[in-house]
Amino acid sequence: MGSSSSNMNHIPNAQELMQETGFSAAHLLRLYERFEFLDRDGKGELSPDDFEAVRELALNPIGGRIIEAFFPQGQETVDFASFVRVLAHFRPNDPNRKDGAQQDQANSRTRKLKFAFQLYDQDRDGKISRNELLQVLRAMLGIQVTEEQLQSIAERAIQEADLDRDGAISFDEFKKSLEKVNIDHKMSVRFLK
Amino acid sequence: MPSGAGSHNPAGIGRSLPERGLLLLMVLVFLEGSVLPLGAASSPDIRHQENVDNHKAADPGHNFTKKAFPVLDLDYKHIQTPFEISLWVLLASLMKLGFHLIPRLSSIVPESCLLITVGLLVGGLIKLAGEQVPPVLDSRLFFLCLLPPIILDAGYFLPIRPFMENLGTILMFAVVGTLWNAFFIGGLLYAVCQIQPANPNPLHAMELLPCLLFGSIISAVDPVAVLAVFEEIHINELLHILVFGESLLNDAVTVVLYHLFEEFAGAGTVTVMDGVLGVISFLVVALGGVLVGAIYGILSAFTSRFTSHTRVIEPLFVFVYSYMAYLSAEMFHLSGIMALIACGAVMRPYVEANISHKSHTTIKYFLKMWSSVSETLIFIFLGVATVDGPHAWNWTFVTVTVILCLVARVIGVVGLTYVINQFRIVKLTTKDQFIIAYGGLRGAIAFSLGFLLDKNHFPMREMFLTAIITVVFFTVFVQGMTIKPLVELLAVKKKQEAKRSINEEIHTQFLDHLLTGIEDICGHYGHHHWKDKLNRFNKKYVKKCLIAGERSKEPQLIAFYHKMEMKQAIELVESGGGVKLPSAVPSTVSMQNIQPKKPPPAKPAERALPQLPKGREEEIRKILRSNLQRTRQRLRSYNRHTLVADPYEDGFGDLLLKKQRMIELEKKIKDMSNYLTVPAAPPDSPTMCRARLASGKHIHLSSPQMQTLDYSTSTIFTRQDKTHPVANSTHRDQTPTLSQHITPAATDISPPPLMEICLHVTAGM
Repeated sequence: MGSSSSNMNHIPNAQELMQETGFSAAHLLRLYERFEFLDRDGKGELSPDDFEAVRELALNPIGGRIIEAFFPQGQETVDFASFVRVLAHFRPNDPNRKDGAQQDQANSRTRKLKFAFQLYDQDRDGKISRNELLQVLRAMLGIQVTEEQLQSIAERAIQEADLDRDGAISFDEFKKSLEKVNIDHKMSVRFLK
Repeated sequence: MPSGAGSHNPAGIGRSLPERGLLLLMVLVFLEGSVLPLGAASSPDIRHQENVDNHKAADPGHNFTKKAFPVLDLDYKHIQTPFEISLWVLLASLMKLGFHLIPRLSSIVPESCLLITVGLLVGGLIKLAGEQVPPVLDSRLFFLCLLPPIILDAGYFLPIRPFMENLGTILMFAVVGTLWNAFFIGGLLYAVCQIQPANPNPLHAMELLPCLLFGSIISAVDPVAVLAVFEEIHINELLHILVFGESLLNDAVTVVLYHLFEEFAGAGTVTVMDGVLGVISFLVVALGGVLVGAIYGILSAFTSRFTSHTRVIEPLFVFVYSYMAYLSAEMFHLSGIMALIACGAVMRPYVEANISHKSHTTIKYFLKMWSSVSETLIFIFLGVATVDGPHAWNWTFVTVTVILCLVARVIGVVGLTYVINQFRIVKLTTKDQFIIAYGGLRGAIAFSLGFLLDKNHFPMREMFLTAIITVVFFTVFVQGMTIKPLVELLAVKKKQEAKRSINEEIHTQFLDHLLTGIEDICGHYGHHHWKDKLNRFNKKYVKKCLIAGERSKEPQLIAFYHKMEMKQAIELVESGGGVKLPSAVPSTVSMQNIQPKKPPPAKPAERALPQLPKGREEEIRKILRSNLQRTRQRLRSYNRHTLVADPYEDGFGDLLLKKQRMIELEKKIKDMSNYLTVPAAPPDSPTMCRARLASGKHIHLSSPQMQTLDYSTSTIFTRQDKTHPVANSTHRDQTPTLSQHITPAATDISPPPLMEICLHVTAGM
């Protein structure tokens, strides 16, 4: 393990990161290698171009949103710590771990849902408005459907989920509409264990 | 003489006249079954002999004594075989009816147990009557006629997504678990047989290979038994798919092991080379079976593309192709079960997109019917064969077998879960493991395989059969009966009703994309990555080939959305249709009952009768019907019981509630500015062309069955009242004064509003 520990020295604040995100040393190392791979010009930080270089993301309907999620509050670059923090959301929930407050864990169900919610809610007003939902639908369904159909679907979705009748979906309503879905399963990447 | 099935409680039923009639009918069937063959002739041989004698007597001279012309003649031999088959099927079906008339009984005892009991009784009766019990569980009959319908039913309605997601786990259980079971049981049995060298014991004659063969026969979890028992306990989807998937996929292992040991039992020894060949054989059997199935599945999907003019025989293609897949696989000694599953699973999405709504219903009902009858017959025959079969009871052998089966299963499951949990995101808990272990039921397949054994090679055949039957009885009766209370006791998660909302649908798709993106960022080619690639490939190439017309382009979300709209429209009509807008109330009425049993109230009938010209009318109907078919894609109806119960009946109370809510909401509607719009498809769009093509013969307007569809169209139409302020300008000026009334087709510039709605509904195609 000699080489890996020397590599670990390259990672700033490795111990704190592991503590905060719950990743193991091996995983952190793997992520660091990936980070370095994406960081083509070796700045130690990633910019949106680096993400866009990932070919498959271009085909992804919500690829742009995912990239934006890594850059909170209009930052231009993202360092390794932030990179890892975002990916920590997708760590599978470990039911056997009993350290600290489960609710605050980065990969708890609420945090996962919050992350997804923020991908919808681009203007960060805490609600998914009709327009935001429409944008997502438009991105996902593409050119195969007409505008009216999109409107109908968005309308229907809001009517179903909107319990307080304010015409938009708040985070709690979002959570409620997904209560039957196994979020741990749906929002976990197996690689990140 | 019997008074119907032994398990009937005469006090419980028979109170009402129809039930008495049913009881009488069963008695008659029994009488007929047992008396008639006795009366006609005592045995087939004698009958045949008599006939020959008669002919011999008749031939020499044509001028034999002239008998009176027989006005009424009894010629049983002529129709014997089909008659007996029909009698068995009738008996099976009546039994099924009978069991459900006794409410208490069917909740305590699983159907499979009752059926075996009936089989035992029938077998006992036949034996008492001195007749030779027909070899009903003849292996050929079983494997070629009785088993395929059940497997096809399971394969066609297999929920692909959970199956694929858990495929690794399922394969581990199926392959490694079955191997472990086989060797553990076989090996230990051999060891047990060898102990006590002092006392001369018939068991000492047992060699290792027959033991291993026996182990491999008895080790496989049986899909028929699992289906029969698990259906009634409604556990959550994960456990169901794990146990059921295992029971399906272990067929390949069983086939290979069986043939391997059978071959080498003659030779006496097995070398390493044979072992290697065995492994290769396993891969060939499994993958070959799947390949054969997939090929036939694709052929079937391709054929269904061209059936738009001959809708009536569409279901036939599904059945025949699947059966041929099974037979072809069996021909090469590949795994027929896997071929059947692969065929059903591969062809389903494409066939469903191509065939008509009626064909879909036909396929579904026929599959359920056949598999139901098949399963019933299998259990009854098990009972009959038990009474009949030559038995060699050996206390040691049988009890050790039963114990070993249980122990092997538990150890296998626990051990494998420990390994599997390292790789799973959602781990299997102890409760899950218990249910999986407890759900390892053996059934008729084991028995039939035992039956196939050659007496010359295996002198211990009867002992094997006895032991197999005991294990089957034990698992079906003891485990089958106790699993339901245990599930309750352990508070295992039950199956959730599949009431997906459109939100779930949207968000699930969203999350899929999100996960794919994250996996790409991480550089990890995981589950989602490959699924995404497969979907893309499917959309780009495969769908174009196999799906007719414009349907190939419809995204899943649209289909789902349309389904919900349909549901609600029809539900609205059913509840009396007092509201203009089927607003935010999510629909929970199952789509299985499109033609409601209760006649719709008269009032809406008068109000809502559309006045459209006939041509358009029935175009609309066709479109609606073809859309209703979309609902099937989402129905997880691999459970036989979802067809037996009618959720619509149960939900009527909900409907009344909803109606009230809707009336409340109607007030709110006036304030709402956003609305469900009714877009129009451009006149030359594919949807319009398809709609035109879909129009066939005229359907008479006033037929009562059609009126329900009328109401649904009218309800959809009523949503037209207010249009979205920023709606597409292809909406022309329409008469805004519609409430529940439908004016005669207002304008004819573009299609009338009603048509528009329906075209909107099909626009995604």
